[in-house]
Amino acid sequence: MIAYTFKRLLTLVPTLLAASVLVFLFIHLIPGDPAAILLGDTATPEEILALTRELGLDRPLWQQYVLWFKNVLSGDLGRSLFFDTPVLQVIADGAETSILLALLTMFWIVILGIPIGIVSASYKGTWIDQVTSGFAMLFASIPTFWLGLYLILIFSVGLGWLPSSGFPSVSDEGGWTNMRYLILPSLTLAAPNAALIIRLVRSSMLDVSREDHVRTARSKGLHPARVAIKHVFRNALIAVAAAFGFTFAALISEAVVTETVFSLPGIGRLVVQSILRRDYPVIQGVILIIVVLYMFVNLLVDLAYAWLDPRVSLS
Amino acid sequence: MRYVTALTLGSRMISPVSDNQPLLRVENLCIAIQNAGQLQPVVRDLSFEVQASQTLGIVGESGSGKSLTVLAIMGLLSGSPVRVTSGKVWFDGKDLLQLSDAERRSIMGDGMSMIFQEPMTSLNPVYKIGDQIMEGIRHHQHCSAKEARTRALQLLEKVKIPDASTRIDHYPHQLSGGQRQRVMIAMALACDPLLLIADEPTTALDVTVQKEVLDLIAEIQQDTGTAIILISHDLGVIAQTCNFVAVMYCGEIVESSTTEKLFQRLGHPYTRGLIESIPPLHSDVEWLNAIPGQVPALNALPVGCSYQPRCSHAQAQCRQNPPVALLDDEHIVRCHFAQQLQGRAS
Repeated sequence: MIAYTFKRLLTLVPTLLAASVLVFLFIHLIPGDPAAILLGDTATPEEILALTRELGLDRPLWQQYVLWFKNVLSGDLGRSLFFDTPVLQVIADGAETSILLALLTMFWIVILGIPIGIVSASYKGTWIDQVTSGFAMLFASIPTFWLGLYLILIFSVGLGWLPSSGFPSVSDEGGWTNMRYLILPSLTLAAPNAALIIRLVRSSMLDVSREDHVRTARSKGLHPARVAIKHVFRNALIAVAAAFGFTFAALISEAVVTETVFSLPGIGRLVVQSILRRDYPVIQGVILIIVVLYMFVNLLVDLAYAWLDPRVSLS
Repeated sequence: MRYVTALTLGSRMISPVSDNQPLLRVENLCIAIQNAGQLQPVVRDLSFEVQASQTLGIVGESGSGKSLTVLAIMGLLSGSPVRVTSGKVWFDGKDLLQLSDAERRSIMGDGMSMIFQEPMTSLNPVYKIGDQIMEGIRHHQHCSAKEARTRALQLLEKVKIPDASTRIDHYPHQLSGGQRQRVMIAMALACDPLLLIADEPTTALDVTVQKEVLDLIAEIQQDTGTAIILISHDLGVIAQTCNFVAVMYCGEIVESSTTEKLFQRLGHPYTRGLIESIPPLHSDVEWLNAIPGQVPALNALPVGCSYQPRCSHAQAQCRQNPPVALLDDEHIVRCHFAQQLQGRAS
């Protein structure tokens, strides 16, 4: 398993190379000149040209890439064109929000998705199953931005229970109670994904419950709840674990929308704003980190898969 | 109650003289399948007995209701559209059909256990075989994991798994089909059951492995004195292993007897058809003596004898009245012409 993990980490290198080239090329395909955007409407063509030269944006694309890549290898993601601070610093500023948001969202997905899925499968065909499946279908279909706006309307504007936007750091005044700023965004983000997990847990459990070995388990005289958890859910978990990789990918893209709707100072919003500002180094840095993260999550999913299913061998 | 006589005769057939309480006594068992709001009978008025340390073979074509009968006895029909509509199943002095779910579960896997047809899929792929054997032991005997493991190891040795102390920590996919069936047998024997039900235990195995598994079952029966119900569609398997045979057709027992008498006399035309459809080993045959026609659909059972449309001996009488089982010592045949036909070569 250690050898496998190491091998998988090695494949990270070519993937990152390919991803960085693609990202670099696509960003430069976007029309618009960063120097012009930075200097604003009143800038003269001479000033723009001077700044372009200063930023090194007049050089051929491949030279820019090689330069950037050399710096990345030495751990330097460059400086933000907009903030004029190191890209790593800019990303670190948004990381707290995004990491806490992601953790809280994953918490909701697991806490809601798995038990409701199990209940739904155990009471298949009854009103309980119909209600849970109905809600799961509904939440899987609602767009994130729409749900976010309605949650704000109900819980912030209407009831005044929770804040509607922003997120002060947990190290600021208020400490961990500031997490309440993340409740609505994380629920918004969790809803469609938890709904998918509910449906997946339900359908895989129903598939597994038809298998012969479940009848064997019942023939031992075990309590139905034990059969449902130890023999049906445990085997259904194999399919569910694989889905968590996709869920993570969905979270990244949906976080962009959610952070924008709730004005959260996270990495998702940073990407959107950096694209609007043509802040190339920040975009490249963030995407590079997302690629690494995504590959790590997939590695974890594969390891979990092998751990859950002894028939899968890592080699 | 069309076969009141059949019941009384039925109980005498397996134990003609003994006054012993049978271990298992099935009385007028009726099973039906829920189909589009209607109950369609699949097993009709079934009665038989099994004494302690006897082996009863149930033989019949697919769809004759043999598997459903044992699943009903075992209590594994819940959650399926099939249910017992009437009858009694006495086991060890209790009517199983009157027990609560919890009481039934305390018997399942303990007093009574079952081996299934498909060894490849009947074990949970994600648990080690040792853990799967231990699960039932710990559930029923409330012993420590260590004691259960010792017992599991003994069981694996008993069913002749080579290198049992290593194999105990293997997963099902690391074993062959024959070995998995041995593990299933070990699992079924875990709590020293009084009754072992084996539903086509060798059908999915190679012929050579089949013989080994049957020998193992016979050996276990000799050692432990467990009563066995062996289901098969293969008369050869039944002849090899069972003291008593019941032949099922369309949800009824059409003939039952000691194995010896059954093969000597072949009272029912259906049993005869089954045996004649086995190709002879030592002569060339161009045609197999298959039984003409098909098993009738459950919703279109013929009037009178259910075998009558396929029977070459059928007369007007067979098309009107269902035959009453005739007793001949321990031999019951549900046929109007059983007396005339028995022993006669066709």
